[in-house]
Amino acid sequence: MFLEQILNGLAQGSIYALIGIGFALIFGVLGLVHFAHGEVYMIGAFIGFIMITAFHLPVWAALLLAIAGAAIVGFLVELLNFRPLRKAPEYASMICTLGLSVVLQNATMLIWGSDTKSLPLSSENVAFSFFGAKLSMEQILIFTVSLGLMVGLQYILYRSKLGKAIRAIAQNREAAALMGVNINQVIAATFAIGSGLGGAAGVLVGLYYNAFYPTMGFMAGLKAFTATVLGGLTSVPGAVLGGIILGVVENITAAYISSGFRDLVAFVILILVLFIRPSGIFGRGIQEKV
Amino acid sequence: MMNMSKSLLTSILRRIDEKEKSLYLSLLIAVAILPLVWQSDYVLRIATLCGIYIVLALGLNLVTGYAGQMCLGWAAFYGIGAYTSALLVMRLHASFWLALPAAGLMAAFFGLLLGIPTMRLKNTYLAITTLGFGEIVRLILLNWTDLTRGSMGLPGIPSPSFLGIDLEGKLFYYYFIVVLVIVTLVTMARIVDSRLGRALQAIREDELAAKSMGIDTTRYKIIAFAIGAFFAGIAGSFFAHYSAYIDPHNFAFGESIAVLSMVILGGMRSLPGVVFGAVVLTLLPEVLREAAEYRMIVFGGILMLTMLLRPQGIFGGVQRKKVSQTPVAVGQGKQPLYQNR
Repeated sequence: MFLEQILNGLAQGSIYALIGIGFALIFGVLGLVHFAHGEVYMIGAFIGFIMITAFHLPVWAALLLAIAGAAIVGFLVELLNFRPLRKAPEYASMICTLGLSVVLQNATMLIWGSDTKSLPLSSENVAFSFFGAKLSMEQILIFTVSLGLMVGLQYILYRSKLGKAIRAIAQNREAAALMGVNINQVIAATFAIGSGLGGAAGVLVGLYYNAFYPTMGFMAGLKAFTATVLGGLTSVPGAVLGGIILGVVENITAAYISSGFRDLVAFVILILVLFIRPSGIFGRGIQEKV
Repeated sequence: MMNMSKSLLTSILRRIDEKEKSLYLSLLIAVAILPLVWQSDYVLRIATLCGIYIVLALGLNLVTGYAGQMCLGWAAFYGIGAYTSALLVMRLHASFWLALPAAGLMAAFFGLLLGIPTMRLKNTYLAITTLGFGEIVRLILLNWTDLTRGSMGLPGIPSPSFLGIDLEGKLFYYYFIVVLVIVTLVTMARIVDSRLGRALQAIREDELAAKSMGIDTTRYKIIAFAIGAFFAGIAGSFFAHYSAYIDPHNFAFGESIAVLSMVILGGMRSLPGVVFGAVVLTLLPEVLREAAEYRMIVFGGILMLTMLLRPQGIFGGVQRKKVSQTPVAVGQGKQPLYQNR
């Protein structure tokens, strides 16, 4: 029972980690929070859902298309919401993406209705026994895909020219620009990568719970953000660790205390971390400059 | 007492020049005779709703507009006020006239609590904390079923009575919210030009500079949260008794966004702007009746477009001249002279 809760927590945590990486990457290059990131994840889930139901594509193809679709959405968000406001005060882009998130969520609701959609798949509940705990097919899918994506991301960040440029911008944007890094292209690419991971998370979670609904991005986005804050906001490994901690803690709370507290835990953690150690586990301390 | 209120009145009137005086007077008369000229329960209901949102938005404006502290969980104070008042009256049989200030004070107390993190958090971090706070309050209202009945809500909240007369008429509520709006407006106008208001604006322009000029920034920010929340609590209490039924859904994230949109559309730091924003955004969904499901899209779109096209809001900048004559970046607020973001 306990092991099973841990496994469920790990699966849920991997999802938070995938979304959280997007927050961390974007915060890394811009120092801003992308409030509509949860909606990008929701759009990814819906693209996956439509590809599977309407076009009868296999899961892997739907997943790839969802990643591509979410990446395009992320690219557009940067182009239309962040780029015009890059020199504006910090609150401007925050409110702007907050508005975007509300618009996207409600537009999805208008188009597809607010009810929860499920795949008509014959859920045979293929499950494996793992030291006495049940491990479902969907969980294995989540673990392998998210692990693969995270390894791929590490490869991009530390072995490619683009990754070097992303890290350079995160360190010092002006200096990176002076060194010939094309700031706009790299930031756009960062948004595309982060959003693509979010889109993948959307499809995975949709398959896991077999539920797709327009408001799914709100809570997931907030919790993934909590995970990112827990890890240090700009740190990719931090986001992964934070996501997994949050997923496990949440599942244990729901199982042993009360399922009503499931959502509460995340916010309590968020406020505690922000108050006690705003720089998170891996974050650097923030020094105010005059 | 009489003397004091008289001097208060003259000091307010002195601030308003002649042209504005006649404008405000004619507005006041229009508001006063509206229910007599246009006898319709529907119109009265919308007007009362406008009043509730004006009070809510003015409270948020103090925190977000003047003090520059983003709050994305404003509906929490609204909800705390509503539930405090409703539960006091229903469970403890307290009088509405006691429950109303109690609701304000309870919300102010939570405002104080939420103000404390501003000591260490700013901008995005603070915004997220307030968002989390809003969700926590909603989830507690939803899950503490022994006290709040959870999602079943609280039906049959009684109307107030005065000297044994039951005041449940729609007219009473209308004129009562008009009084509340006027009280809130006058209080806010007084605060803005007071030492507190100046301190808050200094904090918004440049917190570090304000601090080094000897302003106790934490204390002032917490006070701003408490005062703003007090008015939100009052609005909540009024709403609870007016609608006679509340449930946690009334105080969800969408409400926080709605109030924020009102403040931002009209223009932060402009009292007429905030009133304008609250009225327009309450009327808009009613005008687009058959498209009620577009309500949230409209709010979201307004947040986006205002930021992209006119970040200071429609009325923003009107009062700017009063605050500062400096034409350089300092007057634009919030930004240090250079930045490396």
